[in-house]
Amino acid sequence: MILGVPTDTFVNALLKGVETIVILFAVVIAAALLIWVERRLLGLWQDRYGPNRVGPFGILQVAADMIKIFFKEDWIPPFADKPVFIIAPAVILLTSLMTFAVVPFTATIGVVDLNIGLLFMLAMSSLGVYSVILGGWASDNKYAMLGGLRTAAQMISYEVFMGLALLGVVMLAGSFNLHTIVESQAGLWNVVTQFPSFVIFLIAGCAEIHRAPFDLPEAEQELTAGYHTEYSGMKFGMFFVGEYLGIVLISSLITVLFFGGWLGPVLPGIVWFLIKTGFFILFFVLLRAATVRPRYDQLMSFGWKILLPIALANVAITSAVVVATS
Amino acid sequence: MLSILRTIWMIFLHSFRKRDTVLYPEEKPYLPPRYRGRIVLTRDPDGAERCVACNLCSVACPVDCISVIKGEDESGRWYPDTFQINFSRCIYCGYCEEACPTYAIQLTPDFEMGEFDRQKMVYEKSDLTISGVGKRPGYNFYRVAGMAVGGKDKGEAENEAEPVDVKTLLP
Repeated sequence: MILGVPTDTFVNALLKGVETIVILFAVVIAAALLIWVERRLLGLWQDRYGPNRVGPFGILQVAADMIKIFFKEDWIPPFADKPVFIIAPAVILLTSLMTFAVVPFTATIGVVDLNIGLLFMLAMSSLGVYSVILGGWASDNKYAMLGGLRTAAQMISYEVFMGLALLGVVMLAGSFNLHTIVESQAGLWNVVTQFPSFVIFLIAGCAEIHRAPFDLPEAEQELTAGYHTEYSGMKFGMFFVGEYLGIVLISSLITVLFFGGWLGPVLPGIVWFLIKTGFFILFFVLLRAATVRPRYDQLMSFGWKILLPIALANVAITSAVVVATS
Repeated sequence: MLSILRTIWMIFLHSFRKRDTVLYPEEKPYLPPRYRGRIVLTRDPDGAERCVACNLCSVACPVDCISVIKGEDESGRWYPDTFQINFSRCIYCGYCEEACPTYAIQLTPDFEMGEFDRQKMVYEKSDLTISGVGKRPGYNFYRVAGMAVGGKDKGEAENEAEPVDVKTLLP
């Protein structure tokens, strides 16, 4: 008995706590390293080098950037709505990190095995939108405001069929539990049976984390920096880390939902998970290097008129097949 | 839609291309001889200064970074008492080189002149003058100019005829 708790329960709780903290740090460090990965890869695809001076292959650029951003003046504009302005960047970081709670890295590694894991993840990533909208609103700046408005409209349209696309996966697994979903793919990955919903989830996920080509909320060329125009210092850094966490998150979710998570021959589960997730992270960077930003109304009509019907049709066909075979 | 996939594939193929970046401090790019970089003051083939302190470079300079004070020696030749170029102002346009009647001031393909102290960017005559002739070998202003200086009267320069006597009608 330690502190009135049975010893093995206490030890288990302690181990869980350590595991949680390790996952937290691993995820945040991965997100920070992504800054370097992205800049190097964009350089590669644009026939240049990217950061290659600080440390081996420029990998310490991340540390340099961190030090710089911590010591920058953290300025709040006098016309901003101060409390909201401060809370907004914390929200995106918090919701992104909360979502990682349900991601099953392997059969045993993972913070919590929630039976509504998928719903939790959808809910949390939707809450992340508040960060962008509040940030844009509180800045009291027309560019930030436009960025926030765009986010709101973009998220409303993309949330809908992001959820609908996943419905097929849920039907095949018969569960919202991400562990069960992974284990249901032991024979055949969902990407084969649910290819349309994979494509839709990829596009919607890209829009969800507002990455290029769906980076309309921050479109540098039109809105200077969109919703984070007025942000500086570590508040800006939190938006940035939140965005990179989003990439890691969507990539790991694609892995879990469509590519069999930790499942794979020979190598241990965590290695397979990292390989698959890494592949999709690279793919998102490639997407940014290769695609152009659509016009605002094009994005909306593409979402509502093309992707939503496909998602609905996918749900109908999958449910018909599930009913017919069971 | 297919064109987007094609674009993505084509960008991916860039992974195997040679990178265009020249890694500067390790690998110096080739600069042509007429590159406009650090300004120098050249000398005659005989080793004397070419600059005659005419101030045309200073006048031509759009940012007023050249300061010249004239001096005159016992033979009547002009020379710059001081010649300063403020390189923190210089825009390397090369107008001074074009304006110079004696080919004294020339721009060179050297641009590595960074300093931490701004005052060090002001170059004095001793910093600017080089021992060679620069881009114009064999040119000596006083040898071809029609100006009379000590040791050389009018009409004695290279390719110069005797001065015409305007007071007589005889050929």
